[in-house]
Amino acid sequence: MIELRDVKKVFNQGRGNELWAVRGVTLDLEPRQVTVFTGPSGSGKTTLLSMIGALSRPTSGRIALDGTLLSNLPERFMTQVRRRTFGFVFQRFNLIRGLTVLENVMLPAYPLAPDDGDLRRRARALLAQFGMDAKAGDKVEWLSGGEAQRAAICRALINAPRILIADEPTANLDSALSRELIGLLGELQDLGKTVLVASHDPLVFDSARVSRVVELRDGLLAEDA
Amino acid sequence: MRQFLRRQRYLIDYSLSALARRPGKHLALLLVYTLVVFLLASVMLFTQSLRREAALVLAQSPEIILQRQIAGRHDLMPAEYLDRIGRIRGVSAKYGRLWGYFYDPAVRANYTLMVPPPGSPAHGEPAPGEIVIGAGIARTRGLEPGDYLSLRSARGEPFAFRVAALLPHSTELVSADLMLLGADDFRRFFAFPADRFTDIVLQVRNPREVRKVAEKLSLALPDTRPILREEILRTYDAVFGWRQGLVFVLMGGMVLAFVIFAWDRAAGLSGEERREIGILKSIGWETGDVLRMKFWEGAILSLTAFFLGYLLAYAHVFYFSAALFEPVLKGWAVLYPDFRPIPFVDGIQVATLFFFTVFPYTVATIVPIWRAAVTDPDAVMR
Repeated sequence: MIELRDVKKVFNQGRGNELWAVRGVTLDLEPRQVTVFTGPSGSGKTTLLSMIGALSRPTSGRIALDGTLLSNLPERFMTQVRRRTFGFVFQRFNLIRGLTVLENVMLPAYPLAPDDGDLRRRARALLAQFGMDAKAGDKVEWLSGGEAQRAAICRALINAPRILIADEPTANLDSALSRELIGLLGELQDLGKTVLVASHDPLVFDSARVSRVVELRDGLLAEDA
Repeated sequence: MRQFLRRQRYLIDYSLSALARRPGKHLALLLVYTLVVFLLASVMLFTQSLRREAALVLAQSPEIILQRQIAGRHDLMPAEYLDRIGRIRGVSAKYGRLWGYFYDPAVRANYTLMVPPPGSPAHGEPAPGEIVIGAGIARTRGLEPGDYLSLRSARGEPFAFRVAALLPHSTELVSADLMLLGADDFRRFFAFPADRFTDIVLQVRNPREVRKVAEKLSLALPDTRPILREEILRTYDAVFGWRQGLVFVLMGGMVLAFVIFAWDRAAGLSGEERREIGILKSIGWETGDVLRMKFWEGAILSLTAFFLGYLLAYAHVFYFSAALFEPVLKGWAVLYPDFRPIPFVDGIQVATLFFFTVFPYTVATIVPIWRAAVTDPDAVMR
């Protein structure tokens, strides 16, 4: 269970270019659901997901994960929570260029120092699950948008996180690939994962696999369905 | 422990791939870094080698050399002074020496011609018409034992010497330009008076008595000057130390420029590198993991440069006679036959060089990386 209480985030506070990205969001997110955050560009979707995923801290308010307050955790513990709990799929994939697909997928596990053979087997199994086993040795810059997206999902899942966060996962995909991706997110829910998605793509938030749609506008909750 | 090592292996793997992904930047850095280490190590190896060799060779030399001086200039020593010295307590042996310099216009180098002292261990006094020469003369003139060397005597007559043997390499610092010959040949070649020596040598059994003996000599023979072995060693040390210092001062600017270059190229993170750190943190790497990875990256680069630079310097100094520094560090060696130092590595010097090259680089790179690594990954990625 993730609890958000009056969460606010302001960038460049006190300066001329001060920007209130999130203006006070209170919300409870249930586990093992696919929740979609929607709203126009600049509505605060990405910022909210980044705070939930312990990538950044709220300016004020509280975020708790299973009763543990995330917002006040020291940086080191934040990282541990992030590593144990969350997997991220970014809008621009954020794969590391110059490395192969397999190396990118294994990367989040390096600091945990698993057995090399075991890690390779897990990474290959994930790639096979997402139809990417033939691309394991390819450099990521050679991949198409859909392939890169699937590689990013494999990377997000390598440490077996409980919660998957995806920011505009269909932004670079055509509609066929977008449907495929929504199916994949649904499969993850079936495996017991919590899936949080930021998207303003109707294909995503209108999908039958989505459990809940939260609409944001100007950094505030507009609708919760 | 096993997990720790495995984690380091993963980080090193990643560091190697990071180095390979930006080959232009890292090759440029490696090149400049290697050059700096090469130059500093060359100076250090060369001066250290000269000092060591001087100390080793001079350790065999007599405790006191007595020179006659007239108006502050070195003059020939009358043979009767040996008798005037008489018996001084502590002096185990005394004898007159014959030695001088000869300028060879054929190779534009000065040779030191010398009659071996009595009881010389390696080579006794050469037979009439024969010489024993240092490796420098042999190299310069292309001589081998059995060859003849023709020189013009003080009276303008050609004088042909047969090379009987070469002096060992281990004494090259002082023997490179040395030519040993018999006393009669020496006197004839230089037209040297029969009742004169170049100087007088005294051997003292107890090193603590050397200064006392020197005082007695100055009183007995007021127109002479005793030169102690420890003074010669000190002079060598000072000369090489001064030259080394001079070169280091000149190189100071270069090292400073390197540190600025390292800061700019290695630590001044590009947008792509900052983004990469953000990605690593967002997928679960701790700040410590990022710093360790960057530490390995810096360590691989700096150690490669250090060993490469040091090996090149070693080859430069000991196999190519420090061709770049010869005129600066040898000084008087312009008219000196080629000199090839004996290979020698001093552990403390290696450690000092390591500290002054690897440490500044590591500090220069780690601070901005730490600053990037402690920022929220979200902010780094934006």
